[in-house]
Amino acid sequence: MSGQILSKSSGFFDDYIHKPGEDKSSTHYCPGCGHGILHKLIAEALVDNDATEKAVFVSPVGCSVFAYYYFNAGNFQAAHGRAPAVATGIKRSLPDSVVISYQGDGDLAAIGGNEILHAANRGEAISVFFVNNGIYGMTGGQMAPTTLVGTKTTTTPYGRTLRNEGYPIQMAEIIASLKAPVYVERVMMADTKSINAARKAVRKAIKNQVEKKGFSFVEILSTCPTGWKMTPVQSQEWLISTYQEHFPLGVLKDISDQVEPLNLDHNYAELSQVPTLIDLPKENFEVHKENIPDVVDEEIIVAGFGGQGVLTLGVWLSEMGMREDLNVSWIPSYGPEMRGGTANCNVKMSTKRIGAPVIAHPTVLIVMNKPSLDKYGETLVENGIMLYDSSLMGDDLERTDIVKIPVPATKIANELGNTRISNVIFLGVLTGLSDFLDESVVRNTLPMIFKKRHLLDINLKAFERGLEISRAYKK
Amino acid sequence: MAKQLIKGNEAIVKGAILAGCRAYFGYPITPASEIAHAAARYMPLVGGTFLQAESEIAAINMVYGSAGTGMRVMTASSSPGMSLKQEGISYIAGAELPCVIVDIMRAGPGLGNIAPEQSDYHQMVKGGGHGNYKNIVLAPNSAQEMCDLTILAFDLADKYRNPAVVLADGFIGQMMEPVQFPEPTTEFIDKNWVVRGINEDRENLISSIEIDPDDLERHNEKLQKKYAFIAHKEVRVETYEIEDAEYVLIGYGIVSRLIQTAVDQLRNEGVKVGMLRPITLMPFPTEIISKLGDNPNIKGIFVSELSNGQMVEDVRLAINGRKKVWFHGRMGGNIPTTQELVDELKKHMKEQS
Ligand SMILES: Cc1ncc(C[n+]2csc(CCOP(=O)(O)OP(=O)(O)O)c2C)c(N)n1
Repeated sequence: MSGQILSKSSGFFDDYIHKPGEDKSSTHYCPGCGHGILHKLIAEALVDNDATEKAVFVSPVGCSVFAYYYFNAGNFQAAHGRAPAVATGIKRSLPDSVVISYQGDGDLAAIGGNEILHAANRGEAISVFFVNNGIYGMTGGQMAPTTLVGTKTTTTPYGRTLRNEGYPIQMAEIIASLKAPVYVERVMMADTKSINAARKAVRKAIKNQVEKKGFSFVEILSTCPTGWKMTPVQSQEWLISTYQEHFPLGVLKDISDQVEPLNLDHNYAELSQVPTLIDLPKENFEVHKENIPDVVDEEIIVAGFGGQGVLTLGVWLSEMGMREDLNVSWIPSYGPEMRGGTANCNVKMSTKRIGAPVIAHPTVLIVMNKPSLDKYGETLVENGIMLYDSSLMGDDLERTDIVKIPVPATKIANELGNTRISNVIFLGVLTGLSDFLDESVVRNTLPMIFKKRHLLDINLKAFERGLEISRAYKK
Repeated sequence: MAKQLIKGNEAIVKGAILAGCRAYFGYPITPASEIAHAAARYMPLVGGTFLQAESEIAAINMVYGSAGTGMRVMTASSSPGMSLKQEGISYIAGAELPCVIVDIMRAGPGLGNIAPEQSDYHQMVKGGGHGNYKNIVLAPNSAQEMCDLTILAFDLADKYRNPAVVLADGFIGQMMEPVQFPEPTTEFIDKNWVVRGINEDRENLISSIEIDPDDLERHNEKLQKKYAFIAHKEVRVETYEIEDAEYVLIGYGIVSRLIQTAVDQLRNEGVKVGMLRPITLMPFPTEIISKLGDNPNIKGIFVSELSNGQMVEDVRLAINGRKKVWFHGRMGGNIPTTQELVDELKKHMKEQS
């Protein structure tokens, strides 16, 4: 713990209000630590760009975990590596703010590799400051993904090897290879000259955001005398003599002058408009239950191949039931039920509250292919109704205790010129046969389902053909 | 407003938007993807944010950022994705940020399959991530409740500055039922702790760090007090035919729907059974269940879950040995038939007599 490294800029709090304990004025950084210098550059840049009021600062996990003690900004502290995601959440919610994601090399280049890559790739309009000090400072001098080959750390006691840990990762180059970022530069904080260059880069990254230019990324080669076991002066010399050779300085990408400011504003809808915008019906439908018996308790399985409109027929039945003030539930083939390539759905329609939505023994079975007949034929209750597509299968179900209705649905649908309307023919037959489907309700609902005139016409025809078939049978 | 026939997963999104949610961050996974689809469709229409994140880890951290600005924000996923979110949820709970997290549970462990299970009970109700925290957990059993409990989740999250989870299963998510949607929420709790990038709240800090053990202990104690208060105030259950019941069946989510049918069937056969359905899993209805332990009419308690028996542990703690507690679970994505539940209960009744 050292004394006052940060000479006060108004980009810093006067008193470090978030710092616990008595001492509200000294920083927690070691002497010669690069974080302190970079903090100062960022604070100045915020002031220079008139951005302190709008600033929201995201502190990472690492030695700079307490950066929020200092910055005179709205502050967030993020999980290890996740600062770019947190910054994304903030910026998307506060498009006018100036969001800073500040991260170390373990944080950004190791555990947070995915978050930084995608925030950059989306071109989040934030400023990222990436402190590359070649080591994990906070946790006791372990290897960072940026540690040079040969360097001894507490987790590479024999020196980093290519064989075991690979090359030091060059984040600025990776980020600059992406299309979205507008500005990527690598700088160093070693001597006056390099710090001045760093100052300019930091300013630019913040200015870009103030001007709504998009994603800016500054990698800062930085000292860690404690972790490196060097004096502050030796550390600065080492940056110059050795480290920068592996991480070449300079602007890797800058298109900030060529891009237009982003429009990040939200156009929140009027509350009164919201229900319509999310497709909620304005008015309630009319309920017609006059022609429906006092007690209804139907369990319907519709089954066939995918593409035959099996699930849709189930939804229509539920829709009709709802308009008859019945309780309804619809559940599609889902999970293990899907085995065997057939689609099916379970529809319950009842005057009672519906418990299990899953049907073991249907009262009505509509089967549109042979596998479905084989699968469900035996499950139908005694006196249950089975409608089957007689143009696709024969009736070889040896049951005499049920009502079997052959419906040449596919044949009729083809005659009418559209194979896909066979499900409406079944709807017609069931409407004619059952007491729980009110013909007028079905007729009135069809136009709401088929909004296009030509579709409605052909489907109404199909419905009529279904009704005709039903007339051969008693209700 | 009018009734609409709608899938549970979609009802969640419409409910959320009516509750004022204007930001959704998520990563696709079956069987929760319809939630992302609906959010992707509707959020832009109301001027909100929909963002497909690069992972569930990123998504929950985006939620952290957005919630810290005071936004009503949500994410949704299914079990494997929830495992990834646990780190972020722990931070959200630690920083006391309100948000809504939807878990449409599927079968595990590992990749498992996409069929329904209730095996995330432990990770969602007990904490799941590191630290002494709890989520508020609501368990809908219908499309209507997918809407209503999502709205309630936003209100409770704001009220208690706590993550609130809507814990449902693949069945409730896929099921279509009529839903009566409410009018949009107009009254919101004032949040003076948020960071909005303006002068007024510049001294606010969104953080879960407390470096001093005494401070952190105090923070933890405060959290425990909050959870105790929630347990006192917010327990919700549904009971069915329970007044004169000799056997009480307990289940949540889809299982409660099966139990309801089983109760009807058993009542028809003259067996005095009833159902107790926890609607809130955190807070768990410990006291209500504990009272069953003192009820002389009750001969046994039967718990069913789509799991290896996770909630039943809490039932047993509440009953504390005073009654027999039987368990019947299915795993792997299978669900019991109502007949199966009836037979299981009868087997235990017979053993007992
Ligand atoms: C999930 C998780 N894993 C590990 C840690 C422990 N940890 C804290 S800081 C850190 C390394 C930080 O290194 P770097 O990002 O280079 O920052 P520096 O300390 O060097 O500034 C690690 C591994 C953690 N806090 N969270």
